[in-house]
Amino acid sequence: MGIVFDIKRYTIHDGPGIRTTVFLKGCPLRCLWCHNPEGVDPQPQVSFVAGRCLGCGACVEACPERAISLAPGALPMTDRAKCVACGRCVAACPAGARALVGKGRSVEEVLALVERDRIFYDRSGGGVTFSGGEPLAQPQFLRACLRECRARGIRTAVDTSGFADRALVMEIAALADLLLYDLKDMNPSRHLRTVGVPLEPILANLEALAQAGAPVWVRIPVIPGVNDDAATIQDYLSYLAGLEVRYPVSLLPYHTIGVEKYRRLGIPYRLPETRPPSQQALEGFVRMFERAGFEIDVGR
Amino acid sequence: MTERVSRLRAQSFEARPCVSAERATIMTRFYRENLGKHPPPILRALAFRELCARQTIYIGEEELIVGERGPKPMAVPTYPELTCHSLDDLEVLNTREKNQYIVSDEVFAIYRDEIIPFWRGRSIRDRNFAELPEDWLDAYQAGVFTEFMEQRAPGHTAGDGKLFQRGLLDVRREIRNQLAALDLASDPHGWEKRAELVAMDIAAEAMVSFAKRHAELARELAARAPDENRRRELLVIAETCERVPAHPPRTFREAVQAYWFYHLGVIIELNGWDAFNPGHLDQHLYPFYQRDLEAGILTRDEAAEILGCLWVKFNNHPAPPKVGVTAAESGTYNDFVNINLGGLRPDGSDGSNELSYLILEVADELHLRQPQCNVQLSRVTPDRLLEAACRILRRGYGYPALFNADAVVEELLRQGKSVEDAREGGTSGCVESGAFGKEAYILSGYFNLPKVLEITLNDGVDPRTGKRIGPSTGDPRGFSSFDMLLAAWERQLRHFVDVKIRGNSVVQSLYASEMPAPFLSLLIDDCIKKGRDYNAGGARYNTTYIQGVGIGTLTDSLSAILHHVYERRAVGMDTLLQALQKDFHGAEVLRQELLNKTPRYGNDDDRADRLMQWAFEAFFRAVEGRPAPRGGKYHIDMLPTTCHIYFGTVTGATPDGRRAGQPLSEGISPVQGRDAEGPTAVIRSAAKLDHIKTGGTLLNMKFSPQVLANDADLRKFAQLVRSYFALGGHHVQFNVVSAQVLKDAQARPEEYRGLLVRVAGYSDYFCDLSRALQDEIIARTEHGAP
Repeated sequence: MGIVFDIKRYTIHDGPGIRTTVFLKGCPLRCLWCHNPEGVDPQPQVSFVAGRCLGCGACVEACPERAISLAPGALPMTDRAKCVACGRCVAACPAGARALVGKGRSVEEVLALVERDRIFYDRSGGGVTFSGGEPLAQPQFLRACLRECRARGIRTAVDTSGFADRALVMEIAALADLLLYDLKDMNPSRHLRTVGVPLEPILANLEALAQAGAPVWVRIPVIPGVNDDAATIQDYLSYLAGLEVRYPVSLLPYHTIGVEKYRRLGIPYRLPETRPPSQQALEGFVRMFERAGFEIDVGR
Repeated sequence: MTERVSRLRAQSFEARPCVSAERATIMTRFYRENLGKHPPPILRALAFRELCARQTIYIGEEELIVGERGPKPMAVPTYPELTCHSLDDLEVLNTREKNQYIVSDEVFAIYRDEIIPFWRGRSIRDRNFAELPEDWLDAYQAGVFTEFMEQRAPGHTAGDGKLFQRGLLDVRREIRNQLAALDLASDPHGWEKRAELVAMDIAAEAMVSFAKRHAELARELAARAPDENRRRELLVIAETCERVPAHPPRTFREAVQAYWFYHLGVIIELNGWDAFNPGHLDQHLYPFYQRDLEAGILTRDEAAEILGCLWVKFNNHPAPPKVGVTAAESGTYNDFVNINLGGLRPDGSDGSNELSYLILEVADELHLRQPQCNVQLSRVTPDRLLEAACRILRRGYGYPALFNADAVVEELLRQGKSVEDAREGGTSGCVESGAFGKEAYILSGYFNLPKVLEITLNDGVDPRTGKRIGPSTGDPRGFSSFDMLLAAWERQLRHFVDVKIRGNSVVQSLYASEMPAPFLSLLIDDCIKKGRDYNAGGARYNTTYIQGVGIGTLTDSLSAILHHVYERRAVGMDTLLQALQKDFHGAEVLRQELLNKTPRYGNDDDRADRLMQWAFEAFFRAVEGRPAPRGGKYHIDMLPTTCHIYFGTVTGATPDGRRAGQPLSEGISPVQGRDAEGPTAVIRSAAKLDHIKTGGTLLNMKFSPQVLANDADLRKFAQLVRSYFALGGHHVQFNVVSAQVLKDAQARPEEYRGLLVRVAGYSDYFCDLSRALQDEIIARTEHGAP
């Protein structure tokens, strides 16, 4: 079993062709700009969309932990310390205002869903992408999924931060058809500060992958005020040019679509002032990569 | 686009439709003089000849392709022999907010003094309503179904290659041979055939002289042309109109003008549905294009200009004015000309050619309301054509629509067409499959599937009026199983299908005997060979469709009852019925539960999709293969035009949480905003319907523009379409526009006059849509790019 927090179909920016992306819950990183905050905590959580709430109180009655309270005329409040994410309030809510984020799923369940869109993968050269969170944080489940996909002839990609044991990274690279490898910053001290883990093992793993000739697409989040200065872009260029393989690069511009998710989970957003990078800046970076001979695109 | 086309386009775009009384006046004077003197086909042919001889001939400045249905562009004739508009009708047309037709005081006066006094009680519409049985009128007024031929003639067909290979003089020779071969001694129907053939001959001759009148006017205009250039152009027009449609066209230009005369003939003769249609225009014109290019008498740009002029002609011809239920079910100026590109050749090879791309370019540049064009995608169609179509879709006009040519062929084969006839066929109107040039495939009316459930839940009574209009199938509170409910629904369905089909016999028989179409019969095989009229079964293939509407709403409603009442047993039938009766007043929690906790169609959820399949099959069983008037059979289609809005207004609250009066789901699309699993799930759900058993299904999808932002994404989108067709889907069309733009257009319509959107089977200016329809389009799920 794995803890999966979402399965999205017709994803077109997570690898080649039309894909289904399976999001595994739990991540060792703490990126300030994280747009999948529901992927961080390895345990299931309950999200709440205030705008849909009818104030009917069904959730209060359904909760066996007495974690939810409802004052007259107000919205229900959840004591997240008491909540065990049993999902009873989710089932009870008539308005669909509550959702369980993260659910135990078997390999068979995941594959059954993935298989549904096989005809779309076949026609477009697509497949399934395992993302997160950090999919390598659930190694057994990920391994089993990848093996099963390979047995059934479904192509796979793994979207990873690269922050994991070398042996595991190399093993997964061999089991998957493609790694989407995030390189969040090139400045080690800033990386530690904004991502929460050291940069060095991530670079070392990428170098090992390149040496082994593993298929990788590098993905760089462009976060204004963090890693979008000319010097950092130059560092990316020289580093990637030095690898054994000239990997294709995608720039992923910072966006604020994730902000609403923070609200639904009751978590404060940590970059409230940051705005997406300008089109002009992105085009400038694209030109720099092109001049250096990289295959480059701007993803989402 | 050349400056000429740009100016003609602007005139067409700016002109406002108005009612012309010219046709009605000529018709009325003719009938007053001649009614009762001739058998109906000959009477109709003589009436057509009178129109061709007397109506105003228009040749506009700068035009290369000439001919109008009325005295000038956007001047719309009426057809009082079919529908005699009352003064109130004219007032509605003149003053309604959307789809207005300006009616001058003079037209009012002519109607009051001449038209209405003669036609009231004589028009087909008046006679239909006098003869239709009471149970039909009850169901019609309740909004269980509509009737396509209450105001408009059958029509519903398209042309094939022969229009471009022979002239009307050839056709007249064929008629004369048939007449000579008639043997009244051995053929008991010989006299009827003779009348029909004589009528066709009169109609052919009338059209030739109509073209010649254009030649004469062109020469007159040339004589006083302001400059040498235009003088030469007018002389070419004169020469062209002398030549076609009497003789087979020799050049690209003549081929286009010949088609346009055929088109005009069909829409002058009667106000048939979907006007007329050149069918596979790229295939038909290609030999002329190639020959002219090689001969050095045409360039690609000149061909584009001629096509641009043809496009403007189509746009100059809004639908004949509709009122009442017909205006509600088909509330648009669009007259549904739908040009087919790509597809197959009769031998099964790829039908696309360089003209397919050129025509797409013209459609893109002009992006007018009319004509529609669509791309017929077969497995042998190159991706290049699909991607060219997607690049136009990206601009957000809602066209071209995309069709599965292989499924269309399979549908037609299932109905008994030969493989060549099936491949030369395609789709016309909104999404209807037909054997072009050989079939009368008549849509007879929309059928409100959720309304039948509402009546079932009320034991045969329409709760809106309290009137019993269906059989008593039991109080659902007493149904111990869900299957009992399904059985009751199917009994009600069969009852109303029977009522509809009985009414169709009345209406179609009246057309067959009283309103023949000798000119249209010249164009459709085998009317001449059989000596029988298009409206009386003369076509090689005759089909009558009943079109199901609201299968998404019906499915979700059945699913809600199954899930909440019978499986979870959380809601009692009585509670549900009371809540529906009160339109959910005081039952918002229940409504939310039904809205949010019901397995729904469009999410690739077999629990719901199985119910859709069951309901579809039940509808199919009730209609399929029953003998139809004109000697053909009944089949089903699944499309709504704007009828899902009208049907919504007459349908009370439904168990899926929809409030009374709100739109039904459209086509085979999921209920608006209730598909949450992305486009592949919608496609998989929709593909579970057995499209091959229909003559057309309509799936609408809305995408945010960023999904097709770059070429890599566009190719994925193209393969999404290919996948739907691999799964057996018939048709899909797209709105590529954000909800924000649509909301802005609602707020500031003056800035968005040219904003085209996809409605259902056709595109229309967003600002010309009713507010309810605008809201419905906004409510459709917008698929993003996760």
